[in-house]
Amino acid sequence: MEYIVEMLNIRKEFPGVLANDNVTIQLKQGEILALLGENGAGKSTLMSILFGLYHLDKGMIKVRGKEVSINNPNDANNLGIGMVHQHFQLVETFTVTENIIMGVEDGFVLNRKTAGNKIKKLSVQYGLNINPNEKIENISVGMQQRVEILKMLYRNAEVLIFDEPTAVLTPQEIHELMQIMRNLIKDGKSIILITHKLKEIKEIADICTVIRRGKVIGTVDVEKTTLMQMAEMMVGREISFSVEKGEYKAGDTVLEIENLNVLNNQKTLGLKNFSLGVKRGEILGVAGVEGNGQTELVEAITGLRKIESGSVKIHSKDITKYSIRRRNEAGLAHIPEDRQKFGLVMDYDLGENFVLKTYYQEPYSKNGFLKKDVIDKHAEKIIADFDVRAGKGVKSPAWALSGGNQQKAILGREIDLDTDLLIAVQPTRGLDVGAIEYIHKRLVEQRDSGKAVLLVSLELDEIMDLSDRIAVVNSGELIELVDNDESIDENDIGLMMAGVKRGEQQ
Amino acid sequence: MKKDYTGVIKSLGAVFLGLLAGAVLMAAVGANPIKGYIYLFQGGFKSFERLGNVFAISTALILTGLSVAFAFRTGLFNIGASGQMLMGGLAATAVALTFDNLPRIILLPFMFIVALLGGALWGIIPGLLKAKFNVHEVVATIMMNWIAYWIVYYTVKAYFTAGLETETASISAAAQLRLPWLTDFLNGSYLNMGILIAIGSVIIIKLILDKTTLGYELKAVGFNRHAARYAGIKVNRSIILSMMIAGGLAGLAGLTYYTGYSINMQIGVLPVQGFDGIAVALLGATTPWGVFFAATFFGLLHAGKGFMSANTVIPPQIADTIIAIIIYFTATSLFIEKLWVRFKTKRAETKKIKSGGDE
Repeated sequence: MEYIVEMLNIRKEFPGVLANDNVTIQLKQGEILALLGENGAGKSTLMSILFGLYHLDKGMIKVRGKEVSINNPNDANNLGIGMVHQHFQLVETFTVTENIIMGVEDGFVLNRKTAGNKIKKLSVQYGLNINPNEKIENISVGMQQRVEILKMLYRNAEVLIFDEPTAVLTPQEIHELMQIMRNLIKDGKSIILITHKLKEIKEIADICTVIRRGKVIGTVDVEKTTLMQMAEMMVGREISFSVEKGEYKAGDTVLEIENLNVLNNQKTLGLKNFSLGVKRGEILGVAGVEGNGQTELVEAITGLRKIESGSVKIHSKDITKYSIRRRNEAGLAHIPEDRQKFGLVMDYDLGENFVLKTYYQEPYSKNGFLKKDVIDKHAEKIIADFDVRAGKGVKSPAWALSGGNQQKAILGREIDLDTDLLIAVQPTRGLDVGAIEYIHKRLVEQRDSGKAVLLVSLELDEIMDLSDRIAVVNSGELIELVDNDESIDENDIGLMMAGVKRGEQQ
Repeated sequence: MKKDYTGVIKSLGAVFLGLLAGAVLMAAVGANPIKGYIYLFQGGFKSFERLGNVFAISTALILTGLSVAFAFRTGLFNIGASGQMLMGGLAATAVALTFDNLPRIILLPFMFIVALLGGALWGIIPGLLKAKFNVHEVVATIMMNWIAYWIVYYTVKAYFTAGLETETASISAAAQLRLPWLTDFLNGSYLNMGILIAIGSVIIIKLILDKTTLGYELKAVGFNRHAARYAGIKVNRSIILSMMIAGGLAGLAGLTYYTGYSINMQIGVLPVQGFDGIAVALLGATTPWGVFFAATFFGLLHAGKGFMSANTVIPPQIADTIIAIIIYFTATSLFIEKLWVRFKTKRAETKKIKSGGDE
């Protein structure tokens, strides 16, 4: 069979970085090609070349066997190539229809009705279940992604590029997206899927090209390749998926939450009568679909959000009325969900970021004056202990670090606080396999050394791998608190996440 | 550790382009630009008196520039330096005229403190409005400028005039920041103690920003208030504090201007130094010593422009135009930065090609 898209011997160099070195990928019609690689391996560069955002230095692109030159996204569109970006390009206050027809309005007068009908037809054809008249700001992230897909289909795209499409989705939405992809393939479309999630490749892709440091390591038939083999190709060394944990020896309760009621951003109860205790020597995982009270729970504990009623105690000391700083001082470390918004001051260097919570204490300052040498020495220690890779070491600004290293920096800072309670929220979001492995290891280390760890994650795998006990939340309520042993599997937890208790399951 | 000179390069680039544009304008009015610039700089450097005046003019600019730069560094845009300067000046003038029988050694510190407080108060109010009600400080400080304008207008008219309706009485020699021996030494220059206040402020602000926990907190809030809050820093308190310090600095500018450079206060004037302070802060890359040099440079252009126009056919407005063009280039400094970065990468690339490196 003939290839629909071929990128042959592509080379692309940025000042100081060889992003793509003699890269070749070939996609057949009706196939899903997975592009696998760690962050910064060169996947996105390659796709940006195909989509006309970058120019290639060397090499050739063929579409349907003919050599083409793609100089901008319009060229790509005309060739039937469409891209679903990781960060959606939608106007929040416009309707679905308005967003889709933007740029291809056909004439001066908008004809929303014809366009709406065409969109509805496409939506039914591929099982997208979209209401064309809904405004973007009112629909979920998963739905927004479908609007992006529709945008491509509306422009008659034959080849669809998905850039890390599942990063922002809940497990259910991921499942539905897979179904949509299958529908697209059935209709003769072809797909390039950029990802570093192996399970998804295994589930949906036909062939997989692995890229490491700008070079193609190999192209494999997904069916005949194990997860382990693909992971090794991607990282270049053996990866352990299972986390080594010591024996579960829970001690006294460190964090105790009683009957907590907290408002969400919509000013309704985001957390209802919530009680939970986390003990020394355990990782307690909070599982749930995004937006079911996890954020409210964490912010109520850490003091970022007001508590309506109920209490939070650390070592049976009531901290409900404490300021954020006093809570931190009472023994609370917190790896926040959004590392760039909350975790780091991006314009501060690493040394300054490592004392974000302790700068006012000795030995980092005295009489209101910072002690730069002590701060730098402290930073050097964390950089070494936590393998934070930064070009200029202590003096590197946080923004210059990769996502994985930013997260390691936060992890290092919080663990270095040496508190009895560590709250980790989405600690591996958007990171590659190597970094995930590292962070998991360090979290388990904390547990083994007798710390209490509260882990909040949307990745069910992560919860299942790390937790000793699992608290499942749904609409702000604790559905069930279960021991993570053989009696429980992902399906049980999945049902609980939907609000169904174990006794009610068939 | 290599230092980052991008800020300095950017500012010098803006100055160079401004001077270049000025040369074109001079040529356009039929004058020799080289001669024009020689007279312009001679006007600033020729004598001790002129040199003194350069710094006398730049004193208030240093302080307003510092005010704007400090606010900038902590994430705030202070357009209210004019109003803060007026309030500081009014407070100092009022004390000078009311307590003119106090000994100089008490009177001057007293004036210093009320000027500081007057300006600080005019900074605290927009700070409070921002912290409590999320009112943008640009809007609030602009309104505060006009409130100060009218307060000066009516207060001076009601209590402090002598003879002329439109200005205060002149303050006594004891209340002036001028030092007779310095004035004599510099052959009648306007230079006064204000320059010491300005330099002292530069040093103190640099110390606060770079070395203290207070500066660390304020900058953290400016860079990322979410992370600051997460770390336990009181964000609202920091915003108010930043505006207070910025206001205090501008208040001191009022002190040096109305009781040092001038010896009375006119009504119906919003001092231009408040707005020039924004340009000074930008040209100085919002660093304290950058502000000092930028203000001095502006002082030089102001001091020299009269001498230039007296000796050539060039109108003094050309100097103002040069300043305006420099401000323009500083404001669009992104462009200059881009040129600089491109130049640097190109040089790096040529180097690489020359060494035949291809990793």
